[in-house]
Amino acid sequence: MEICDLTGKEIVQKIKKKELSASETVRHYLARIEKIEPSIAAFNEIFADDAAARAELLDARINRGEETGLLAGLPIAIKDNICINGRKTTCSSRILADYVSPYDATVIEKLLTAGAVIVGKTNMDEFAMGSSTENSAFHITKNPWDTSRVPGGSSGGSAAAVSSRMVPVSLGSDTGGSIRQPASFCGICGLKPTYGRVSRYGLMAFASSLDQIGPFAYNAEDVALVLESISGHDPKDSTSVNISAEGMGEGMEKSIKGLRVGLPKEYFISGLEPATEKYIRSAIETFKDLGAEIHEITLPNTEYAVSVYYIVAPSEASANLARYDGVKYGYRSDSDNLADMYEKTRSNGFGNEVKRRIMLGTYALSSGYYDAYYLKAQKVRALIKNDFDRAFAEVDVILTPTCPSSAFKAGEKTDDPLQMYLSDIFTISCNLAGICGISIPCGFSESNLPVGLQLLGKPFDEKTVLRAVYNFQSVTDFHRKKPL
Amino acid sequence: MKISVKEVEYAAQLAKLSLTEEEKRKYAEQLDKILGYMEQLDRADVSGVRPLSHAADLKNVFREDVSMPSESADEIIKNAPDKEGRFFKVKKVIE
Repeated sequence: MEICDLTGKEIVQKIKKKELSASETVRHYLARIEKIEPSIAAFNEIFADDAAARAELLDARINRGEETGLLAGLPIAIKDNICINGRKTTCSSRILADYVSPYDATVIEKLLTAGAVIVGKTNMDEFAMGSSTENSAFHITKNPWDTSRVPGGSSGGSAAAVSSRMVPVSLGSDTGGSIRQPASFCGICGLKPTYGRVSRYGLMAFASSLDQIGPFAYNAEDVALVLESISGHDPKDSTSVNISAEGMGEGMEKSIKGLRVGLPKEYFISGLEPATEKYIRSAIETFKDLGAEIHEITLPNTEYAVSVYYIVAPSEASANLARYDGVKYGYRSDSDNLADMYEKTRSNGFGNEVKRRIMLGTYALSSGYYDAYYLKAQKVRALIKNDFDRAFAEVDVILTPTCPSSAFKAGEKTDDPLQMYLSDIFTISCNLAGICGISIPCGFSESNLPVGLQLLGKPFDEKTVLRAVYNFQSVTDFHRKKPL
Repeated sequence: MKISVKEVEYAAQLAKLSLTEEEKRKYAEQLDKILGYMEQLDRADVSGVRPLSHAADLKNVFREDVSMPSESADEIIKNAPDKEGRFFKVKKVIE
């Protein structure tokens, strides 16, 4: 058995017991990156020397008998919108191509305290705007299951890196599905934590009321391990909440007999790809066999989610991205006067999708349209949140497909932004309502593409969601299948 | 049409973006389609509904007014596209 066939938890246990060294582990993964990365292009930057040096340092500490954290020696990849001190943070944008972060994001500080080894920064849709990673200003990332297809997005690089076993775990960010949709397309687990669970300090802001950092991994235990390591209140992010994630991975093996699983009728629509429908239905049977109670529920305002999201998120983005003006950092276009410099910098520095969303958000917030778009969207957002509050009074978790279909072909949706937006239809509500959600693999289509199942949970009840996943994965082996 | 080329020009001006004629035409067409889809929101009954700006169950978050270390100015200025000493440098603002 190779090191990359082990789960993250197994690797950490072996390193702590000195059956495996952190250096050996990192060398193994760096060798895999060297072999696989040219055909997948998941990374923007790889820190081979630093990762090897850090692993040696950790080995020395372990050999001295010093206490190491939850992630001792575990290699991890980081989405390129999360700041690492002294490293480039580009958001896969020309406007930040040479930006070097002068500080660590809180999640990075926490990962380092927990003993993780950061091996690189991963590709993404520019400023996390997109569902295919095709909006990167640098290069496209390929789906390890079929390199003619997209890995999903916006955290496509982080998902592809875990899926192809170039790292055992990674971090992404999720504003409308940017962790769960690529997890679904790449056949791995991806969790969007409850809003406020994980500090956003050092995450480059896209839509501040929706953004959340979360992990990619092979199984429920590894998701729990990383989530526990990065969670907690942070005085530098006043929206982070003081609710402990300690023991997130404990008690997952407990039976889910009697667990109330809701199936929202609005998510089982006629447009579902047949393979998706088939495997979601068979997963429901598996949950029944495990003793779960299945309840038909309704989330009546689901149909409005895409509209609400594509007003709220671009509006917040248009304000957040105003800071990229060519003055303090990032790219600058030279010009004779200041006003012209702003316009040229932003027009040359941002890609098409980012400009489209800035325009959409600026329009929705502009005088005369504010009430019709932004205010209206905020009110419908309240209706969507109320739907979930009511549903969670009756059920413990909600089960849906993650996406209407498996991974689409590169180039298939690039000319039609609305079609691209509609591919987020099942993941968006979770962010609008601020609840938690995970995507896990639950089947493979005839052309061997992964199908993803989404479980949504109550705010700060990731533990119940992960217990349901653990139980499902203990009787199925979709999460053990490997591409390539 | 929900949005005209003229309105696209206005939004671009507010957002400090300069667009080519081709971009203006394309954005008008695409935004029109997107805004057209969003007309569905007119069906939602929001009478008496309070707008929700974020889903976190938080009120004002206060802390003691004590000084804390912040990032070093020397480190931050390193990222400036143009600088003089510890100052960001731009073209003259006032004629």
